[in-house]
Amino acid sequence: MAAQIDTSSTDAPPSLFAPRRRLLFTGRRGTVASVVSTVLVLGGLIAVFYLSPGGAAVRYAYFNPHLMWLAFVGDPADGLSSVGLGILTNIWMFLVCEVFILIFGLAIAWVRISKTPVLSPFRILATVYSDIFRGIPGLLVVALVGFGVRGLSLGWISNQSPAVYACIALTLSYSAYVAEVLRAGIYSVPNGQIMAAKSLGLSNYTTMRRVILPQAVRTVIPPLLNDFISLQKDTALASIIGVVEAVNAATIFQDSKFNSSGLVVASLLFLAMTIPLTRFTDHLIARDRNRRLAGT
Amino acid sequence: MTGVTREVVLGLDSVVKRFGDVEVLKGVSLSLHRHEVVCLIGSSGSGKSTLLRCANLLETVDGGSITLFGQSLHDARIDPILVRRHIGIVFQSFNLFPHLTVIDNILLGPVHALKRNRNEVQAEAMALLERIGLADRAKEYPDRLSGGQQQRVAIVRSLAMQPSLLLLDEVTSALDPTLVGEVLDLLRDLAAQGTTMLIATHEMNFARDVAHQVVHLDGGVLVEQGPPAQIFENPQHESTRAFLSRSR
Repeated sequence: MAAQIDTSSTDAPPSLFAPRRRLLFTGRRGTVASVVSTVLVLGGLIAVFYLSPGGAAVRYAYFNPHLMWLAFVGDPADGLSSVGLGILTNIWMFLVCEVFILIFGLAIAWVRISKTPVLSPFRILATVYSDIFRGIPGLLVVALVGFGVRGLSLGWISNQSPAVYACIALTLSYSAYVAEVLRAGIYSVPNGQIMAAKSLGLSNYTTMRRVILPQAVRTVIPPLLNDFISLQKDTALASIIGVVEAVNAATIFQDSKFNSSGLVVASLLFLAMTIPLTRFTDHLIARDRNRRLAGT
Repeated sequence: MTGVTREVVLGLDSVVKRFGDVEVLKGVSLSLHRHEVVCLIGSSGSGKSTLLRCANLLETVDGGSITLFGQSLHDARIDPILVRRHIGIVFQSFNLFPHLTVIDNILLGPVHALKRNRNEVQAEAMALLERIGLADRAKEYPDRLSGGQQQRVAIVRSLAMQPSLLLLDEVTSALDPTLVGEVLDLLRDLAAQGTTMLIATHEMNFARDVAHQVVHLDGGVLVEQGPPAQIFENPQHESTRAFLSRSR
């Protein structure tokens, strides 16, 4: 008789208990372990901060509460711009850029995807554009647009405020990235969806608007909002062409008071600006997921 | 066929389709008359799906011609979008729009392609859903429905366009055996009402019951065509006999 695999072994049943070392950090012991490790790690960091030889000097130079408050509110009489007001400039630049980037990025993505013969010169332009603006550092784009366009002395075009040039530069730079994100999102919609839309006699525009984009947006929201979080921070680049936003105000403060507490204030304000957006992104993803799972 | 001559809805004349070097359709000719149900049978890869997609202009043909109501679809002045509004197609994989509710899936075509009044179409769509017993699921998203329910919604979505003919591409092949029946029952209803249909299927009993004509495709060639009694009881061609014995 051929060899058989015996599944009805008469041996003792196998043990299902985990090895003891794996049980060390479970249950109440686990809680204790997590408290102890938190205290050790955080305590260690704080100890380094307080006990290092230059600790006191750094605390004074970066975390002086009095100077932090002064940087936040500013002092016009003393020629000090307020970091707190400066961040408002960052916020409006971000909001304005965001809208234009979405419009412009979508247009570029659409041109790059379309197969219409009429658009072929634009397709080449869009590709070149994407390559150029993803390749040049944002700092340089801001500087080139900010100083260059003003230098052209083209009347109205050259007479805008630096903040306008900064917005144009950021829009140019980010639209190239956002276009690629949107393009990837559009390509992620399964071909069957496009066939189904076509078979209902929908035009290319309606297929894009009603079937492809709504599905693409879902996949694209996390990477897109990532780009926008990065954009929020990059509004600080406007400082190099003289826009008085948070970083510029903090630098002015640093130069006149020889103290960097303003930079920390600016950092905290940027954090206050970006964290809501990251939370909002997570919320959107969760809501979409729940809604579709609940089927309401 | 009976002696009555009826209007030819869809006509295929020596249609050839190639994907690269592979010839998938090698000159297939076929006519579909008004109120006629034609079933395409044949093993996987015989060209059934490709034939349906060509008829709907989702694929372009490399030779021969296709006519719809006597008009050649290869005329440069033909608008493929208009053609597709008259030809419904249902796919093996349902392809419902996951971001739209059941009712919105059905309304999309009539409202956005035909520009019909939303409320008016909504009443029709609800009546269609009522008929397939899914009226109470109208506000749900497709992924909450079983495969059989999704496929029935997909069929209703096509019907809402009031097409002149319906193409069905192995619509039960992706379904659990227990769910096949409900979809085939809907198709039987449609056939009884005189819906013009071209059905690619592996369900031989269904084809025998419903079809006026059965067409056997093998390797991109139309091997044999005839009424179901002839094809199933007395196939003339060796390859049809072989295929049918494998399908039993």
